[in-house]
Amino acid sequence: MSGALLVRALRDPASTAALDAAGWTSLIAAARAEQIVGTLAHRLHGLSKPASAERILADARASAEQGRTLALWEAEMAGRALLPLGIPVVLLKGTAYVAAGLAAGQGRNIGDLDILVPREALPAVEAALLEAGWEWVKADAYDDAYYRQWMHELPPLIHRERDRMIDVHHTILPPTARPKPDAAALLADSVPLANGLRVLSAEDMVCHAVAHLFADGELAGGLRNLWDIHCLLDAFDTPHALAELRKRSQRHQLGLHLERALRLRDHLYGNGAVLSLADRFYVRRLLARDGWGRSTRPVSQAAFYLRSHWLRMPPAMLARHLWTKWRNGHRLSR
Amino acid sequence: MKHIFQLRIGPVGFRVGSDWRGPVDAVAALYDDYPKPFDGIPDFNVRLFAERPWRRVLRPSVMIGGDYELPDAAPLPLRLGLLAAEMGMNLQMALGQRRYLLLHAASVERDGRALLMTGVSGAGKSTLAALLMARGWRLMGDEFALVDPETGLVHGFPRLVSLKNQAIEVVERAAPGARFGPLQPDTPKGHIRHLKPDAASIAAMDVPARAVAILFPSFGHAPDLRPVPPAETFVRLTQASTNYVALRERGFHALTRLVTGVPAHAIDYPDTEAAIEMVERLWEQSA
Repeated sequence: MSGALLVRALRDPASTAALDAAGWTSLIAAARAEQIVGTLAHRLHGLSKPASAERILADARASAEQGRTLALWEAEMAGRALLPLGIPVVLLKGTAYVAAGLAAGQGRNIGDLDILVPREALPAVEAALLEAGWEWVKADAYDDAYYRQWMHELPPLIHRERDRMIDVHHTILPPTARPKPDAAALLADSVPLANGLRVLSAEDMVCHAVAHLFADGELAGGLRNLWDIHCLLDAFDTPHALAELRKRSQRHQLGLHLERALRLRDHLYGNGAVLSLADRFYVRRLLARDGWGRSTRPVSQAAFYLRSHWLRMPPAMLARHLWTKWRNGHRLSR
Repeated sequence: MKHIFQLRIGPVGFRVGSDWRGPVDAVAALYDDYPKPFDGIPDFNVRLFAERPWRRVLRPSVMIGGDYELPDAAPLPLRLGLLAAEMGMNLQMALGQRRYLLLHAASVERDGRALLMTGVSGAGKSTLAALLMARGWRLMGDEFALVDPETGLVHGFPRLVSLKNQAIEVVERAAPGARFGPLQPDTPKGHIRHLKPDAASIAAMDVPARAVAILFPSFGHAPDLRPVPPAETFVRLTQASTNYVALRERGFHALTRLVTGVPAHAIDYPDTEAAIEMVERLWEQSA
């Protein structure tokens, strides 16, 4: 399985010395599929490897560097549109990692710009973004209404000239999810950057990454999210710091999720951990890639897809949602 | 994947995998004497697969995927498996290539100097490139020219030449000894037949060349030849590049260097004979 190959290369870059051509081919395919090839390229930088693998990874490093520049520029543009409103604008995920110069940002692929703003400021934020050139991504009326009623973010907006998406969050999990993170605390304890934008506190960054990995998604791209967590945890290498992190996660009702993240991180990227039976299902799902980068184990994938919805919605609402989506021709993603 | 073929076109290695034997056999037959990827490690993977397991046999249709994918790409019928493989390789280049500035252009070479021809689909790039190859030019590619941002040199990407509709007969007549793939009728772009580059072009695929002329051919007009100033050439080429934006500063510098160092002309031509004559006359003047 090339998922395991990828995890081993990230954990122990020197292990790639033993790879043959087929091994390199699988490793690169899996890393591209998990959108973590830039990170892998940084991890393997300077190690001896076949010239063609070095060229491919050098391209990935260059792409990630350009991605970093773009992400920072996009954050700057959002700041110019929103900071005049006098509200805190908190960068989230990849953009926050590179803006704060964190190891988690090294080589990281960054897609959309994710920001967190106070819920009561949403109408003003929406108006300011539309004024500054962002537009609604074409969505059907059901999706739009769904976002506005049930999601923790505005429907996605895209900038008409720069072609980049922005996700405007007012908290880090959908209101329908069981854990209820303390959005006011996220904002209150956020840290200012030199340019007036903000990032979450170190503890809250981990909590958000954990929420994103377990309580929000269907574990697609999970290896990358877990790698983010692994890097962010470097800041918590003393028992005291870890205890503070645990306390903070409980405030956001994410305590159990954090414990699972710590176990999976130790198992996959660290020195090993004792896993529960449920943990093993997560590991199976996380490592499900073949030598062509395809996700394997369709049953486990479908189960996690359903689970992601189960976590987000009460049963009757889930039934209604899946019925509407099915009628609209939505299929389980491949 | 069940059926696999690896090949290298110019500097770019591919691994093509397929759920069916047909597409891979068709690719292997026409790319039989192409080299394998450097170190056996391909730059890109192309996957030709059935949307659902039963679609391998029931009304089989080929989905095109790979390291880089477009959402909502339409499948092709299995009889067009060769075209699917070609589209899959082009797609990886268009979406994933970051080492070279990719120009949607045909290129031919003589005496170490390259001529780039770019234009909208139907302008006759592939046809002109094939005809010039039949007249002794080295074919560097009919689809993509790869400009190295470090050196400014053009690298060849001599994949199969994709001839469409009337161009098929024109080239069959001009190059009777050439090797052609099967006629693929009724594709989304009309009839298509692939032409294999000649042995000399394949043998020289690793040799880059300095661009000395850029042409914007346009088919179906009275003969005309006019110079295109660098600024206009620059803008036209940004539109003809699939990764200019993605390459950022490197793309800008590579393209600036190209348009300031290489003269460009627009040529209008009523028929291919006139075009070939105009191109070769222009070439002799610039020599």
